Amino acid sequence: METEERYQKLKEIITIYLPEDVAISELTNESHFINELNINSANLVDIVLDVEDAFDITLENEDMDQMLTVNNALQIIQNKLDAK
Amino acid sequence: MNNRVVITGLGVCAPNGVTISEFAHSLKNGISGIRFQQELDDLAFGCHIAGKPQVTDAHKQEYFTPLQLRALNSTGIVYGVIAGVDAWKDAKLPIENNTSPDWDNGIIFGTGILGVDQFRESIHLIDAKNTRRLGSTSVMQTMASGISAYLGGILGCGNQVTTNSSACTTGTEGILMAYERIKLGKAKIILTGSCSDSGPYVWGGFDAMRILPRTYNDNPTKASRPMSASATGFVAGSGAGALVLESLESALERGVPIYAEVLGGAVNSGGQRGEGTMTAPNSEAVQRCIIEAIKDANIEAATIDVINGHLTATAKDALEIENWSKALGRKGGDFPYINSFKGIFGHCLAAAGSIEAVASIMQFKENLVFGNINCEDLHPEITSIIAPQKIPLQTITHSPEIIAKASFGFGDVNACAIFKRFSN
Repeated sequence: METEERYQKLKEIITIYLPEDVAISELTNESHFINELNINSANLVDIVLDVEDAFDITLENEDMDQMLTVNNALQIIQNKLDAK
Repeated sequence: MNNRVVITGLGVCAPNGVTISEFAHSLKNGISGIRFQQELDDLAFGCHIAGKPQVTDAHKQEYFTPLQLRALNSTGIVYGVIAGVDAWKDAKLPIENNTSPDWDNGIIFGTGILGVDQFRESIHLIDAKNTRRLGSTSVMQTMASGISAYLGGILGCGNQVTTNSSACTTGTEGILMAYERIKLGKAKIILTGSCSDSGPYVWGGFDAMRILPRTYNDNPTKASRPMSASATGFVAGSGAGALVLESLESALERGVPIYAEVLGGAVNSGGQRGEGTMTAPNSEAVQRCIIEAIKDANIEAATIDVINGHLTATAKDALEIENWSKALGRKGGDFPYINSFKGIFGHCLAAAGSIEAVASIMQFKENLVFGNINCEDLHPEITSIIAPQKIPLQTITHSPEIIAKASFGFGDVNACAIFKRFSN
């Protein structure tokens, strides 16, 4: 899976969790889920589950702790896919 | 403080109508909301019929964000939010995205058990050692106060936001809790109501108790027969009803239409003593509850012209009529008109009191008494107490002045509320 494809897939997942005052166009690789995208911290749990389903991977607790930005998420996804 | 309390908004999500106008149409015309339920048949229930609101995905999208809808598995929350938001809008109250909540507005929205389907899903995941897959909403969908929490967030209420629970009296009890809080000046506006989930995991226990009718699976609209000689048990229902209660002062200030005034009411319990048990009422308690409600409302029993009973379509219906008759000191042709809407939409359990209260109050505006269905063969014990013409078999023209609404529930608990046509 190409980087761009993974990014688009992740973006699709994130869209539904964005609060009304944040547009998906504001999303960049550097975006911080909670501080910049204003995503409810409880919903990060759901994003993790959606990522697991979309990429057919399993994230560990430490992966979840490190998943603070879009870049972090992409890196974790890549590592998991590489290890498959 | 002794504020007068009025009703300024109504909302409903019932088996026979998911908007107020649909609901009114089916009540006027006796159109049943009881339908065959394939899943009950598939699961080998004795009773394959029930009352379930027909809510489409498009309808849900009007009330929930795509994110809220995504994992929403609690039918009680769906029904409660639809009824609650509709009542709020009906009362011409705004839904604003302000930074502070409205401190004078509260929510008392009851339920019996919430999010049963969601809980079942969670249990399967937990038993499969997969708790981490529960997601973030399993708590709020299954906590009893999930419904008041959802509504509280949507409407931005800053006064008391709570959920009451007292089996089938829940809805009527909630109205009285809201009434008292506003009367005492502790809140100006309270959205009150109740909801009950649909489905086999809610209704199964009643099927096991063999108190649901088993001979009407091919004839669902005839199954729920309150006050009938051929009543064979109640038909389970589900849904939600909601009412906006408001101080008269606030309603006049806002210049909104008033449906009715809440004059008062009473709640009590028979303590499961005497003839009272977990499932059977203590008649002394029922009569006391009605008498105390009349006293609290400061009216004479003779002024009540319409009753909406609990009347579930079991062998206890005649006893309920006897209790009303004794409590009011009225019988025969002197008895008020009485109806039970359970013939039309079944027994909506925790939601029963609020859905039936909404229907009862609509009668003021419509200048009608909605008819009873499925009791052409009135129970002889009932007609030995009250005149048959007091049990209209079709909707009749009558302008109710004072309506008494009672609900009775498992645990031997009772609630009776008194509503009056509004005049200032």
